Amino acid sequence: MKILVPIKRVVDYNVKVRPSDDGLDVDLANVKMAINPFCEIAVEEAVRIKESRNDCEIIVVTVGPAKASEQLRAALALGADRALLIETDQRLEPLAIAKCLHKVFELEAPELVLLGKQAVDYDNNQTGQILAGLCGIAQGTFCSRIVLSDAGTVEVSREVDDGLEVQRLKLPAVLTTDLRLNEPRYAALAQIMKAKKKPIVVTALADLIPVPSARTKTLGVAIPPARKAGQMVASVQELVEKLKAAGGLA
Amino acid sequence: MSVLVLAQHDNRVLNEGTRRAVTAATQLGDSVVVLVAGGGCQAVATQACEMEGVTKVLCADADCFRDQMAENIAQLVAELAPDFSHVIAVGSTFGKNVLPRLGALLDVQPISDVVAIESPDIFVRPIYAGDLLVRVQSQDSIKVLTVRGTAFEAAPSGRPPCALEPLSATFELGLSELVKREISESDFPSLENARVVVSGGKALGSRENFDLIYRLAGKFKGAVGASRSAVDAGYVPNELQVGQTGRMVAPELYIAVGISGAVQHLAGMKDSKVVVAINKDPDAAIFDVADFGLVADLFDVLPELEAQL
Repeated sequence: MKILVPIKRVVDYNVKVRPSDDGLDVDLANVKMAINPFCEIAVEEAVRIKESRNDCEIIVVTVGPAKASEQLRAALALGADRALLIETDQRLEPLAIAKCLHKVFELEAPELVLLGKQAVDYDNNQTGQILAGLCGIAQGTFCSRIVLSDAGTVEVSREVDDGLEVQRLKLPAVLTTDLRLNEPRYAALAQIMKAKKKPIVVTALADLIPVPSARTKTLGVAIPPARKAGQMVASVQELVEKLKAAGGLA
Repeated sequence: MSVLVLAQHDNRVLNEGTRRAVTAATQLGDSVVVLVAGGGCQAVATQACEMEGVTKVLCADADCFRDQMAENIAQLVAELAPDFSHVIAVGSTFGKNVLPRLGALLDVQPISDVVAIESPDIFVRPIYAGDLLVRVQSQDSIKVLTVRGTAFEAAPSGRPPCALEPLSATFELGLSELVKREISESDFPSLENARVVVSGGKALGSRENFDLIYRLAGKFKGAVGASRSAVDAGYVPNELQVGQTGRMVAPELYIAVGISGAVQHLAGMKDSKVVVAINKDPDAAIFDVADFGLVADLFDVLPELEAQL
């Protein structure tokens, strides 16, 4: 079974970002970058599936700058077999990323595509669903449990707003990972060393597909108005009085 | 401009979030059409017809839409979309499941989690866990949007029903099927609609202790929320997680108990009107966004607070 795991290089989730000086973009100068946490969960899940059977190949792919090879190496160290870098310095929208991945899907013909439900930079929560739509295959979003059957199907539990939903999907399928699917492992030093020898094939974006045009224009990036600093109260009684005065206990 | 709103429902009741999407739609166009796709969903169509601001309701009532599978529903919406300038759904797990797939079928870049509509093609949305707001202009001919429910009022019912048009189209792609739903039945209002939300963190220490949170929420007839670490620890089910990757709330009163206030949690609650924080740690970040802060042990405070209400 071939598993394709698209990942994204993002600003480390601990970093507080700011608008650029011209207010037209996010200031990413000298900011620590990392693999998107949801993508890490996707890589981990692929590795667990591989460990539970003996016929798996894990291909990790990213669309991004040359430096995104750092995140591909990290995924290789976690247990992916080989990597593809679709290189571009342009920042692509989810639709454009999905078009690249659709092409990779056609070339590699994986039975499963596993990716994070959202990236913690732009919080779009779109790429997996768009990819599934472009490929015309099933989608299982926000997965907290993935069980492959021998009958060419996969059963997933999805975290939805009012509980859990279990779906059975025909393979190939696109699955997006939620937080509680697994807890990613740390790569051992030996794995990190081994990963240095695993192949990363680099393809220029324009050599893969005609470069997609942007569909949205960013007009401005701003910091939202902050909440005003409040006041400390000394006791429960004072809290209740203040709340009554503020109308919170009406 | 004519706007299509994809309704969310369980074949019996129209989801409150759809009412909020309708309000967003009324800011965009003079014609607001609601699509109710389901199986045995006539009651929902009737409710949709009574919403303020709705011009017409389309009802696709067929087995293939009963379980709300994204593959089938997106195909139906894609058939209808070319007659509209915008397609909108609330940014719930339902809307986020279906609309991006619709984007693929229409070759449109969807805009997620819109919190403000500046013009028919300019929208504001949060990025980086709400640390920043971005203004984006869509250049697609059809705009596909999910809207953040907390940013729009719910369209009320109670006016004479608008026109209802049945649709006969069916799409059974045969790609996916529902096995079961494990819906949490609860006497509490939903997080998005509650006037008061009481949320607990890891400091509660156990599933049993979380009962303190439920009791306080009960006093307010409010909803119960939780931080990610409380959910990860298994104290409460996943659907109670408030934050960047969970639920977004903006109640009149938000009480954070034993929650440190990671930016990912704040992303889900900082639009609440009044925020109360109760935490043992005086340096907890939650106090920076709280209107009223109380540094104390939650196990002392909660029983006392309950008694005083």
